[in-house]
Amino acid sequence: LGDYRSLTIVAPEIAESAAPGQFLGIGMPDDREFLLRRHFAVHQASRRGGWAGTLEFVFAPVEPGARWLAGRRPHEFLDVMGPLGRGFSYPRDLTNCLLLGEGMGAASLYFLAQELSARHKRVDMIVAGRTLGSVFKPIEGKRLSKTISIVTGDGSLGDRGSILDVLPRMVEETDTEVVYASVSTPTLREVAAFCRARRIPAQVSIQEQMACGTGLCYMCVIPIARADRSGYDNLRACVEGPVFNPGRIVWERWIRPESAEQNALEASEG
Amino acid sequence: LIVAPTLAVELDGVSLTTPILIASGCAGTGREIRGLLDARRLGGLVSRSITVHRELGAPGPRVAETASGIVWDTGLQNPGIEYFLAEELPALAATGAPVIVSIAGTSLEEYVRLTSALHARQEVSAIEVHLSGPDLELRRPVLGARVDRASEIVGACARLSRVPVFPKVPFGGNLEAIAVACVRAGARGLTLVGPLPAGSAGGSSGLESAVGWLAGPAIKPLVLGAVRRMSQALPEVPIMASGGVRTTRDAVEMLAAGAWAVQVGTATLIDPQSPVEIARGILRYIRHQGLGSPADLRGAAVETASPRASE
Repeated sequence: LGDYRSLTIVAPEIAESAAPGQFLGIGMPDDREFLLRRHFAVHQASRRGGWAGTLEFVFAPVEPGARWLAGRRPHEFLDVMGPLGRGFSYPRDLTNCLLLGEGMGAASLYFLAQELSARHKRVDMIVAGRTLGSVFKPIEGKRLSKTISIVTGDGSLGDRGSILDVLPRMVEETDTEVVYASVSTPTLREVAAFCRARRIPAQVSIQEQMACGTGLCYMCVIPIARADRSGYDNLRACVEGPVFNPGRIVWERWIRPESAEQNALEASEG
Repeated sequence: LIVAPTLAVELDGVSLTTPILIASGCAGTGREIRGLLDARRLGGLVSRSITVHRELGAPGPRVAETASGIVWDTGLQNPGIEYFLAEELPALAATGAPVIVSIAGTSLEEYVRLTSALHARQEVSAIEVHLSGPDLELRRPVLGARVDRASEIVGACARLSRVPVFPKVPFGGNLEAIAVACVRAGARGLTLVGPLPAGSAGGSSGLESAVGWLAGPAIKPLVLGAVRRMSQALPEVPIMASGGVRTTRDAVEMLAAGAWAVQVGTATLIDPQSPVEIARGILRYIRHQGLGSPADLRGAAVETASPRASE
């Protein structure tokens, strides 16, 4: 799967109730120095047919826990908690849905696309990656959407550029009424600004480092504006999310490591 | 005569059905626990630290992994005592576990207000006094780092409180002097020692704030040492060990070192069932050793070959 790995697990109870946008907590072995569960969005939950009772999730083997996971063999047992979190909600009246997936963020959107289509919604997609290898399952994306636009940073697949480069055109062409996004944080901020300017309702799945995944520890918070505009609260991505309305994210309070590093780099160069 | 072993422990007025509690900051708001474990099988749970006013908490990322541990900083996010009393305390109590409320102030007056606010609440089994925050009144970085200040605050809480007060004594060179002074001032027990002040890389590999608290198995030997030292100095004072306990064996070691009860924090985040599993393991262990209760473990040698104590 290009830069990613995918694992399919047998977990009928979780598969039965899992919804797009929800995630799984995978236990790590207890003889290693890394401790915390790893949390991954549900890519596929099969309730019928030959794969009934199975779940699939996608990850990149970029850190010790995920590398350990990449080394699992078929028929091994995993310690899995789920489904966790609040997933995407479906529009009642609106029909034209545009799904934005960046890197392996697209994994949860394919599940969402199926559920939306089953509800007779029109699904269009933009799928993006840095390079060809980091575009997640473009063929499946094509199968699940009416139209799809693929972009890569280096132009090795589809158009060269970013989601924002093709977003306005896709919104025009597909007459978008709702946007769903599972993208990196910098892209998310731009998508949020775009949707706000165009007054398009949006839901985004947040990628935040979690510790427990169950709401106990308050480690994975996102600053979300209060409904009465009296300020903000740090809401837990694991139980109050990971799907949020991007219009309510208080960006100035959500300091991201990417931006901190960028600032440091710019400062050292400047 | 054969007497069935029991897990029940008595901490000078605080009766717990098992010696295993969930540590402060790992029990959520009371609502989450219900779907995760049967809290009636817990010895108790310690609330997150509650302040007078609502704390929005630290910006993220709030947690980073390190070798056999995590460095974290929530900035004591909590809704403030008023909301806590209205919403969270009833929810915590409804889980069925005895509730110990952790309080955190930045001045003597705040501790007095927090203790007074808890006075009329029957749901509270004990109060844990968080002493690791800054002292805004005396302009010092750590409120409980000095003997006189720690005993002044803990003494005030103890005089006002209807239930036993357990100061969570910060780790440091004068831990023993602070602990002794707190007990003289009226503390009925001690929590030793919780997460240690630590640093973290900033940026994508660490915490936004670059300073935080080290928790998890990495700190177990330090906690074990503090527990042993203080249980020898103050053998009559109930000690709750807090830090680095992940397995039954870890908990047995803490009890053998002199702890009367054991708090489980990070392990609860990894597996919410672990405090209950650890308690079960302790029951197996004391049964296997022919002991009557966890209290019989105090001062005992830990049997290394015992079945499943190292699960």
